[in-house]
Amino acid sequence: MSSSETSPAQVQPKREKVVRMDARGLAYRALNAQLDRAFAEGATSAHLERVHGQRYIGTNLQRQVRIDIHGVPGNDLGAFMDGPEIHVHNDAQDGCGNTMNSGLLAIHGSAGDIVGHSMRGGSVFVRDDVGYRVGIHMKAYENVRPTVVIGGTAQHFLGEYMAGGVLLVLGRWLPSEAIHPARYVGTGMHGGAIYLRGRPNEAFLGREVGLAPLTLDDHALIEGSSRDSTSSLSSK
Amino acid sequence: MAWVETENRYGDGRVHDACGLFGFVDTSGEAHGGAIAVEALCSMRERGNGLGSGYAAYGIYPEHAERYCLHVMCRHRQARQELDEYLRRHFAVVHDEPIPTRETLGILDPPLLWRYFAVPLTAQMAGRTEADYVVHHVMRINTTLDGAFVVSSGKNMGIFKGVGHPDQIAEFYRIEEYEGYLWSAHNRFPTNTPGWWGGAHPFGLLDWSVVHNGEISSYGINRRYAEMHGYACTMRTDTEVFTYAVDLLMRRHELPAELAAAVFASPLWNELAELPPKRRALLTALRQTYGPLLMNGPFTIIVARQGEMMGLGDRIRLRPLVAGIQGSILYVSSELASIHLVAPGIAQCWMPEGGEPVVGRLGEQPRLPERISHREPAHV
Repeated sequence: MSSSETSPAQVQPKREKVVRMDARGLAYRALNAQLDRAFAEGATSAHLERVHGQRYIGTNLQRQVRIDIHGVPGNDLGAFMDGPEIHVHNDAQDGCGNTMNSGLLAIHGSAGDIVGHSMRGGSVFVRDDVGYRVGIHMKAYENVRPTVVIGGTAQHFLGEYMAGGVLLVLGRWLPSEAIHPARYVGTGMHGGAIYLRGRPNEAFLGREVGLAPLTLDDHALIEGSSRDSTSSLSSK
Repeated sequence: MAWVETENRYGDGRVHDACGLFGFVDTSGEAHGGAIAVEALCSMRERGNGLGSGYAAYGIYPEHAERYCLHVMCRHRQARQELDEYLRRHFAVVHDEPIPTRETLGILDPPLLWRYFAVPLTAQMAGRTEADYVVHHVMRINTTLDGAFVVSSGKNMGIFKGVGHPDQIAEFYRIEEYEGYLWSAHNRFPTNTPGWWGGAHPFGLLDWSVVHNGEISSYGINRRYAEMHGYACTMRTDTEVFTYAVDLLMRRHELPAELAAAVFASPLWNELAELPPKRRALLTALRQTYGPLLMNGPFTIIVARQGEMMGLGDRIRLRPLVAGIQGSILYVSSELASIHLVAPGIAQCWMPEGGEPVVGRLGEQPRLPERISHREPAHV
């Protein structure tokens, strides 16, 4: 297929086709196979009801589709995904967005450890808190830059071994001037940027990182990212 | 141990790890059927590989509540005969019976399973406490009677475990027929020791049960310390030594769970230095006294005994642990989804920090940790 042969006038408006699935009692392989089949048959979005820990939902999915998850999805949600938009209307577990390439993961609750593990592009927005080692091994390449925005606070080893991209922690539970609870922030970090609201605990910063005042560019980036996050998380 | 080799039918003693843990205690004392633990554990099937699962349940033998209940496994009839004679020499056996099981697809060649309700013979106790007497004989059986193994030895509790997936072991032992106020459960993915019936979790001694995910890299020094205090480590596994460490600290030395946790997962030295003076002095003294019981390496455990359950992860949380409260029930698990599955609509869930114990006790309403209790609940 060559895109040059298709003029804009010939493109049909994309028709929405929504599928609903009840995940109760389904093993993760069965659920993911159903999901793959639905998208292959032209679904543009899927509502998964009663999800209870099934792993790898949306893994390696390379389509511009949307998945809405009700219930708690299992580990490695959206791993390697390239393009989809996934909304979790609850808390999520460990490894959300593991090595994802592009797309959007919006967690309307809290998420567990290693959110954005080895992420290469796209966005992960978490409304509340996250666990340990969020953003571990994130990386950027040329103009592809992964972004993780956390509305609440993060636990320890935030941005461990981080090589690129942006981690923004808004700390909305924190009183102003409070010391941010995350310790060992940026341990082993060698690229990218972490923006923490609240005072970082300087006695427990990773040895490889330093603190810097915000530049105008930083301000613009923070504003843009938090606006994107808020708008994704306030959409239903 | 020949038994170990015969039961690992896959011959793969070393594969990667991701065991699944689940436990709950109803602090009001109300009993709940085993189906809850089974459903939660089965939802984490991928965390194990069929080489071991098990359940510990408390409050299940009210008609024998004051007697020690010994759950035993025997590889052959002769071992059971010898074990039977041994127990009757050292205990007054009030009642004994086979542990009820049913034939289950995929459960191959189970051992002979029996339970004894017994009391120590006072004349032989020679100044020892009852508990020390029971420990002594459990150690003797496990080290000297070939083909016999005591799985649990507490009052009003029992451990049911073997080689199989969580659903298979539950079906085999008819777990849904028991009612207890506290359950812990384990789905095994063996790492450094083979899968065999006795090596499945929970591990037990007296009324302790321990389920464990991870790997204790300080095993050598922990083991030597346990052996100095009279424990025989026969099974070459870190979970066994963890069980004995728990017995030593919490029963014999009477440390509360919160302080035992500070021994197993002591704060790092630079964190100790930041603590308020009194707390720093206490934790430093514990670290100095019990340094050999520091558990290094990735782990999460659920430890239970009569009336008390504790979930604990290593100090930098290299293994997952989540907790939740609904009504009078405290849940701990490797995965949040398993808690939501058995407690629909649960509003109070959190991720404990590494080394931060989650403790539930009979008669004490469980509470969120102070550091997060001021937040609005994420979901209702």
